[in-house]
Amino acid sequence: MSLLDVREASKNFGSLAAVRGVSLSVRAGELRAVIGPNGAGKTTFFNLITGAFRPTSGSIHLDGRDITAVAAWRRVTLGMARTFQITEIFPELTLAENLRISFEVASGLRLRPWISRATAAKLHRDVEEMLDLAGLAAKAGRLVGELSHGDQRAAEIAMALALRPRLLLLDEPTAGMGEQETYDVAQLIRRLHRDRNLTIVLIEHDMRVVFHLADRIAVLDQGSLIADGTPAEIAANAAVQAAYLGKPNDAGAA
Amino acid sequence: MKESGRTHPAVLVAIWVLLLLAPYWLGLVGGYTALGARVLVLGLAAMSLNFLLGFTGVLSFGHAAWFGLGAYGTGLALKWVAASTPLALLLGTLLGGALGAVLGAMLVRRRGIYFAMVTIAYGQVFYYIAYRWNALTGGDDGLRGFSRQPLEIGPWHIDIAANGVAFYYFVLACFAAAVALMALLLRSPFGHSLLAIRENERRARFLGIPVEFHIWIAFALSCVFISFAGGLYALLNNFADPNNLHYSLSGDLVIMAVLGGMRRFWGPLLGAAVFVVLQDYVSSLTTNWMSFIGLLFVAVVLFFPRGLLGIARRRSLA
Ligand SMILES: Nc1ncnc2c1ncn2[C@@H]1O[C@H](COP(=O)(O)OP(=O)(O)OP(=O)(O)O)[C@@H](O)[C@H]1O
Ligand SMILES: [Mg+2]
Repeated sequence: MSLLDVREASKNFGSLAAVRGVSLSVRAGELRAVIGPNGAGKTTFFNLITGAFRPTSGSIHLDGRDITAVAAWRRVTLGMARTFQITEIFPELTLAENLRISFEVASGLRLRPWISRATAAKLHRDVEEMLDLAGLAAKAGRLVGELSHGDQRAAEIAMALALRPRLLLLDEPTAGMGEQETYDVAQLIRRLHRDRNLTIVLIEHDMRVVFHLADRIAVLDQGSLIADGTPAEIAANAAVQAAYLGKPNDAGAA
Repeated sequence: MKESGRTHPAVLVAIWVLLLLAPYWLGLVGGYTALGARVLVLGLAAMSLNFLLGFTGVLSFGHAAWFGLGAYGTGLALKWVAASTPLALLLGTLLGGALGAVLGAMLVRRRGIYFAMVTIAYGQVFYYIAYRWNALTGGDDGLRGFSRQPLEIGPWHIDIAANGVAFYYFVLACFAAAVALMALLLRSPFGHSLLAIRENERRARFLGIPVEFHIWIAFALSCVFISFAGGLYALLNNFADPNNLHYSLSGDLVIMAVLGGMRRFWGPLLGAAVFVVLQDYVSSLTTNWMSFIGLLFVAVVLFFPRGLLGIARRRSLA
């Protein structure tokens, strides 16, 4: 059974149809890339999945359960974590504090007015482990707002991972990164997918990253899903090429 | 969590030594004990406001409402319910806290200026009730006819009614209990969730925090703390009047918090001390004391946006 099921989801902003009747299934353990030109509706699609917006029509299902009406914060507790195209972190707290808060919330402690020493020690260990995994251990005590762009992006991924998600949604994780950083992040995503068997949906503009990592690729153009298939199928798809070459998309070709 | 904004232990010791010895040194510098108590009470009020402003990132511009409700509640309880200082303080705190919790539930979806506007409106509603309801509140003349009662704790009789120094230590004990609770909360996972909301509401939500619910709890707690301070204020003056609820006091509390440093736990206390002392000394020289506060405030906001304690911190890092 698929972990995530989007059925005929649409989102209109006034007269603009940002997402048009998109259906997509993601199996557990899959790494699915979502690509498409600027303004295609990729981020909006993520916003529908994660509950930032209610779809104008259509439905979202997780584990076969209809979660269309479930609040965004509750979807996180159901196992959905995301990062944003523009990094969303706690800039005036240290990197360790950013992760600490993530682990506290993930451990169901968010309303606790105090915690035991043992719990605090466990949280401390979790933070250390995550810092190592993300390759950020040396920067634990730095204010996260003062880190380099690449480190901030990595920090946000680490915060999402701290939530121990079953489904991780990454919105252009390598945006604005240099060669080396892009490579590092791609390797991190690959490890998460392979070693932890994490289900990942990835919006990405860097085609090397996409074709290197993805099991399947979905292509959005002007709000519509114009293709969905293996990397080889997508590379050979005429409609996709048309969309990327900027020609007006001929729906008949899809 | 090793907090980015934690107070240095030496500063902490200095603060408590100064507060504990205040009745002994205040006289030497031209002050008096009641002035010390006033700093503590308004400092606690500003710290309560800052629980929201500095640590949840939500600006209430009508917090005097809950301060005044605590003051009236305490005064009315002493007058009509029982001649017990602790009971009156408890009832006053409950009155402000409960109304704050109920009315707070209606504004947690608002943000920024809209949030601030609704809080001002709440404040003015209570101001006019206190102002108009002569029979209960004494109206414009304020609530009189009550006075704080000596404490009877087991075999001990502590005369906080007549002995100003004893009352100062009573206020200090109340202050200590309240700020200890506040500090404990801010260090807990719940407190961290508030920092998360302050720092980045969207990120907080997508970590799995129901942001509105947490803001509501923070608001209610802040109201409880400031009502407690309001109750102490009524005990200090043996009097409560509509100005305790007025938005100009709300504004003063915001000034104290920002002046002292709203990102620092102790900032608002420093702000309150500066404010109260300036008010006391300068108002004896000129009626324009508020313009001194105003100038100082403008200077701090322009040149040291992190407040007076923020300056100290920058020095200590350099
Ligand atoms: N909150 C919003 N209100 C109104 N219009 C919006 C909103 N969010 C997105 N849009 C519009 O919807 C369309 C799709 O935007 P979206 O951000 O989903 O595209 P995208 O595929 O993520 O693009 P990019 O590659 O540039 O990130 C755009 O025309 C955008 O202007
Ligand atoms: Mg986008």
